[in-house]
Amino acid sequence: MQLFLRRYGTLIGFVAIVLFFSVMLPGTFPTARNWLNISQQVSMLMVVAAGMTIVMVMGDFDLSVGSTASLAGIVAAMMMAAGLPVSVSVLAALAVGLLGGVFNGAMVSLVGILPFIATLATMTMFSGIAFVASAGKTISGRAIPEAFGSFARGGLPLGEWGGVAVSLPNLSIIAILVVAIVWVLMEQTTFGRRLYAIGGNMEAAHLSGIAVKRLRLIAFALTGLAAAGGGLMYASRVASANPVQGSGLMLNAIAAVFLGTTMSRHGEPRILATVIGVLVLGVLDNGLTQMSVDSYIRQVLVGGLILLAVAASSVSQTGRR
Amino acid sequence: MPADQGEGPLAAAPIPLLSATGVTKAYAGVPALKGADLVIAPGEIHALMGENGAGKSTLIKILAGVVAPDTASIAMDGVPVNIDGTKAAYELGLRFIHQEFNVVPTLSVAENIFMGRPYPRRAGVLVNWAALNAEAQRALARLGIDDIDPRITLGELTLGDQMLVRISAALLDNARLYVMDEPTAALTRDESERLFRVLREIRAAGNSVLYVSHRLDEIMALCDRATVLRDGRSIDSGRMADITHDDLVAMMIGRKVAEAYPKPVAAPREAEAFRASGLAAAGFGPLDFTVRAGEILGIAGLSGSGQGELVRALFGDLRVEAGQMNLAGKAYAPGGPGAAWQQGVAYVPRERRAQGLVMHRPIFENVTLAHLRRQSLGGIWLTPRRERGFAAEIGRSMRLKAAGPEQAVSALSGGNQQKVMFGRALGGTPQLLLLEEPTRGVDVGAKFDIYAILRDLAASGVAIILVSSDLPELIGMSDRIAVMRNGRFETIVDAEGLGEDELINLCYGRAAGSRVV
Repeated sequence: MQLFLRRYGTLIGFVAIVLFFSVMLPGTFPTARNWLNISQQVSMLMVVAAGMTIVMVMGDFDLSVGSTASLAGIVAAMMMAAGLPVSVSVLAALAVGLLGGVFNGAMVSLVGILPFIATLATMTMFSGIAFVASAGKTISGRAIPEAFGSFARGGLPLGEWGGVAVSLPNLSIIAILVVAIVWVLMEQTTFGRRLYAIGGNMEAAHLSGIAVKRLRLIAFALTGLAAAGGGLMYASRVASANPVQGSGLMLNAIAAVFLGTTMSRHGEPRILATVIGVLVLGVLDNGLTQMSVDSYIRQVLVGGLILLAVAASSVSQTGRR
Repeated sequence: MPADQGEGPLAAAPIPLLSATGVTKAYAGVPALKGADLVIAPGEIHALMGENGAGKSTLIKILAGVVAPDTASIAMDGVPVNIDGTKAAYELGLRFIHQEFNVVPTLSVAENIFMGRPYPRRAGVLVNWAALNAEAQRALARLGIDDIDPRITLGELTLGDQMLVRISAALLDNARLYVMDEPTAALTRDESERLFRVLREIRAAGNSVLYVSHRLDEIMALCDRATVLRDGRSIDSGRMADITHDDLVAMMIGRKVAEAYPKPVAAPREAEAFRASGLAAAGFGPLDFTVRAGEILGIAGLSGSGQGELVRALFGDLRVEAGQMNLAGKAYAPGGPGAAWQQGVAYVPRERRAQGLVMHRPIFENVTLAHLRRQSLGGIWLTPRRERGFAAEIGRSMRLKAAGPEQAVSALSGGNQQKVMFGRALGGTPQLLLLEEPTRGVDVGAKFDIYAILRDLAASGVAIILVSSDLPELIGMSDRIAVMRNGRFETIVDAEGLGEDELINLCYGRAAGSRVV
């Protein structure tokens, strides 16, 4: 029973939250429209958290994802404002994220700085660069091409629901694709297997011939790439970019991965568990907003929930000590 | 623990200081102790002996309150006691001196000595460092040590000195029983003599020592009585004065040394499998040696003589500074463990938990970890079904006792975990196999299985380098033994007919008094 709760506590909690809101908000919460809306609301976080899962599998962290997301948005917006095509701007922003990730990876695996400290430093650096580049201003309005902003508003039409046309938002499609790619990478390839081995026992992985340094670097690079992707999605959704708009993503991404780890037997991050973690946070946000709960109260509730989930999963692990 | 099983009236014999009788303990169904008795008289230095895996460390952990026994009646001074934690053990007056316990290398010597004790203070507030250091100095002086400054960081000392600091800390308060696990392993002969003097003082004061060691000569000279553990059961040696060295050995292994190891299936071949010429790296060298196909070359030596560094260099994990290596006639210069595995060199590391296994992962993943390139499609796509079949086949050939290849390694006994590491080593059909302490913490049955695996591998032409501190194992399994001292091969001798004491003397060399780190 204890084991069952530990393993499925978070999942049961998720279902309970959904049921709670469905009862409290029968007209607006359990509708296809609202769920599609939630899928769009969580899509940025989903992409960033999927990237975060990759480094957390090795027991590492990346605190710089929020700053990377902001920076990527700024880079793309500035290039577009300068008249460059959307595609070039987006690719350049993704490249910036990748480079930032490579830099993190180099600091962690080649120089040997603890991930917490290395990415704390780069978090500040990337944020500073975003401020300097944008002169602290929000880039919006005419500067952003119509095509970039309308991407987030578009979607794949799914048909009609109660007389209203509904569609799967483009951002949700991207999130689903990213999750699928990360799932394949982590669960079906030697790359993922090796990362899990590094996370389980780095020395054993090294002595088994695994190129620990190179893989750690690649993992950080992928996390940076995903963070940049999340930042671009955000910029598209609000059709603007400012140097702090990604800052909320980092804590939520780590929280989502942690919520997910409570569902695996040995506290390992798993991509599909991270998805549940992201959905828990997204559904709470959506439901509480609809119930007009103050946003600061929401913060307290979400923080408390994370503590509860992690505490519940570690109760029977500590044992006699 | 039943409270009514006292020792009963003992007519002439004094009430034991400590008695632990009928001790049983199983880990995950694998018995470590099957009803062992340990009875220590007051004012006695009592040896606890046994081969690796015989249950010594389990018994000590039970006394220390670290491990709960399945059954046991423990009494001190005839009064039943319940040791349900380390605090209870401490309050009963039991002190444990162990290689891995109770030190913080970044604190000073004095701080380590006073760990867990109240510091002397000025006006009850500020720490009186002068008094603390002076007290520490006195504690060290009791062991006759005057050349260790109590203010320096513990980590700066040699391992031997660190051990002496630990021992002096344990001697500060007058405990009833000191349990010492291999205390002389890192000590020079002079330091050991000093320690023995203090142990005899403890005995004279009516307190006791439980002394764990593999060194038979030391035990014969120092101890009054011994309890020998074998396969989870105990044998009381009687008075040490009444028995011989050979009697003790026979009690430990329960048969003659020669029978403990399977006979070679075939003689080593003529072909040379591995050659090192002028090989040197940080910690050893230059070394010249060869290993023939099918030969087991043992490497003996006191700990820290360079064996670990040699193995790491052979495996590409330590930069070679000079010399060449040849594997099957081709130049061999691995840039890292990955290259070593690829070129047909396999390695079973010394510490299976820290260096070998990803404990919570399935057996098959641990076996294929070093061979993912070949066990996947194109080096990228995982094929778990094929991996499971591969691991299951290797497991069967080694008599691995497991529920299946999906089982987590952490659920296996020590011996079976060791077999998983061997499975990984064999998974790549190696030409050269590097082994460090391959049977440490392995029960007797699995040990024999592992020896049989080694014999089979040798018969199939694999060259094996075996580093072990278990001298009977080295003698029983090796064709030749290289004796390593201060990073050099002192000599390479034929293992056939070599005596354990001869090998010990070779390990110590002529300059036996020099400091070993």
